[in-house]
Amino acid sequence: MKYILMMSGTRAEFDSYARWPKQDLKANVDFMRTFSKELRDSGTFVAAEGLAFPHEARIVRAGRHGEPITDGVFPESKEFLAGYWIIDVESPQQAYEIAARASMAPAPKGAREGHMPIEVRQVMNGVPDEWLS
Amino acid sequence: MDIRIERLLRELTPQVLGTVFRRFGEFEAAEDAVQEATLAATLQWPFDGLPINPRAWLTQVAFRRMTDHIRSESARRRRELDAVLQEAPTCDWTDCETTLEDDALGLLFMCCHPSLSPSSAIALTLRAVGGLTTAEIARAFLVPEATMAQRISRAKQSIVHSAVPFELPPPDERALRLRSVLHVLYLIFNEGYTSSTGHHLNRVDLSHEAIRLARIVRKMQPEVTEAAGLLALMLLTDARRQARTNDAGELIPLGEQDRLLWNRRQIEEGVDIISDTLPRGSVGPYQLQAAIAAIHDEAANVDDTDWPQILALYGLLMRMSDNPMVRLNHAVAVAMVHGPSEGLELLDTLASDSRINGHYRLDAVRAHLLQLAGDTDSAVTHYRAAAAKTGSLPECNYLLAQASRLSSRT
Repeated sequence: MKYILMMSGTRAEFDSYARWPKQDLKANVDFMRTFSKELRDSGTFVAAEGLAFPHEARIVRAGRHGEPITDGVFPESKEFLAGYWIIDVESPQQAYEIAARASMAPAPKGAREGHMPIEVRQVMNGVPDEWLS
Repeated sequence: MDIRIERLLRELTPQVLGTVFRRFGEFEAAEDAVQEATLAATLQWPFDGLPINPRAWLTQVAFRRMTDHIRSESARRRRELDAVLQEAPTCDWTDCETTLEDDALGLLFMCCHPSLSPSSAIALTLRAVGGLTTAEIARAFLVPEATMAQRISRAKQSIVHSAVPFELPPPDERALRLRSVLHVLYLIFNEGYTSSTGHHLNRVDLSHEAIRLARIVRKMQPEVTEAAGLLALMLLTDARRQARTNDAGELIPLGEQDRLLWNRRQIEEGVDIISDTLPRGSVGPYQLQAAIAAIHDEAANVDDTDWPQILALYGLLMRMSDNPMVRLNHAVAVAMVHGPSEGLELLDTLASDSRINGHYRLDAVRAHLLQLAGDTDSAVTHYRAAAAKTGSLPECNYLLAQASRLSSRT
């Protein structure tokens, strides 16, 4: 079964990340690289992407004639997706364990309380979870 | 390539691999050697014609490759080679029929060893016994090829590290070990059968692959009634495949399927197998499920279904294994025979089982039985609850459609 692990942050958190000291940034990047390698080596990796900062993010709706109408003013509290991993595992528990590992990505002291929250959701498959007869 | 040659090669590959592996050890190198032998065959056979004994031909080429491989290694290895070559009997291959079949079976036992995780066992079985390429297996499971390659290579490593033996298990263990072989084939079948919705071009047909492997196991272990039971179950289930989705990929429940689309030939074969097998005694869960599938398949329409007999079979199945999914299906059969309220009562007792409590199928079955009982509002609620819990898109769409159909009627 496939799961998506998502990390998100408010704009303030992205801004703070941009000001992390060099060694903290490096520790974080190194961690992410190692984590990604772990997923590949364990045969669970399906996909992963990091997203650009949300400062240029827009919400798009189609106008009356299908033309794009963009909206780019968001409340301070809005959470933006920062990146995700898709993994193929044998059980929800295994997905939670991997998410907990991602959650341990290092951050500078005081940058956040506790570990990073990771949202874990099952990816819908085309497969009815059927039991024969 | 000639389709006959392709079929023949896929049938012979696991036997040859088993033989080479038994003689030399080193799973990875043995696999490479057999792959090279197969490649040589695909290049030569179409032009030179089939050798008199194709299996002996492949084995000898693979043996030569393996010898080259070992020669190219260190002196320590060279001494081992001497020992192996001294042992190697001058074999008249036509006399080795039994050993070769045992080798293929030994390979299957190894790939389906209970110490491997299900996904490793599945991948390794399809690769080593099924002869599929890593890319084909990756596409079938919709994961990147590198991920599948890693999974297969880890499975091989854990075979080496956990010292899973390559040999036929002793007779007293064999029944138990066969259970994990059959279970892996069942999982492969289920993956193929359930993912046949939608359009997956370029995907290997895993159900047909599972059926092919189950035929081999049954042929090699004709005295194992559960192997026949599993094959029958696969045939009888797969027979309904064309009817279980419409052109848009939407699910059609058993009761509403167009039974003219069912594959009669496959149903006949499945019914023949299960009818031959059941009277032989030592009835197991696969045989019982096959018998239930046969009853569904033989009914001209849903109202003709012999529910009392299905109920009796689920009763036997429940005595055999404490599986909450069996109890769930049993509750449906009870509802069909004794009315929905009795089925619903059974669901109440199931709800305290932590293995199934929270599973969408419990809500889906409850919704269905409430609908039969005429309690539309509650049925709608449970159809929606089930839709929110399932991880399957077609299932979700089906459950939501049921809910909206019912609620628009009130």
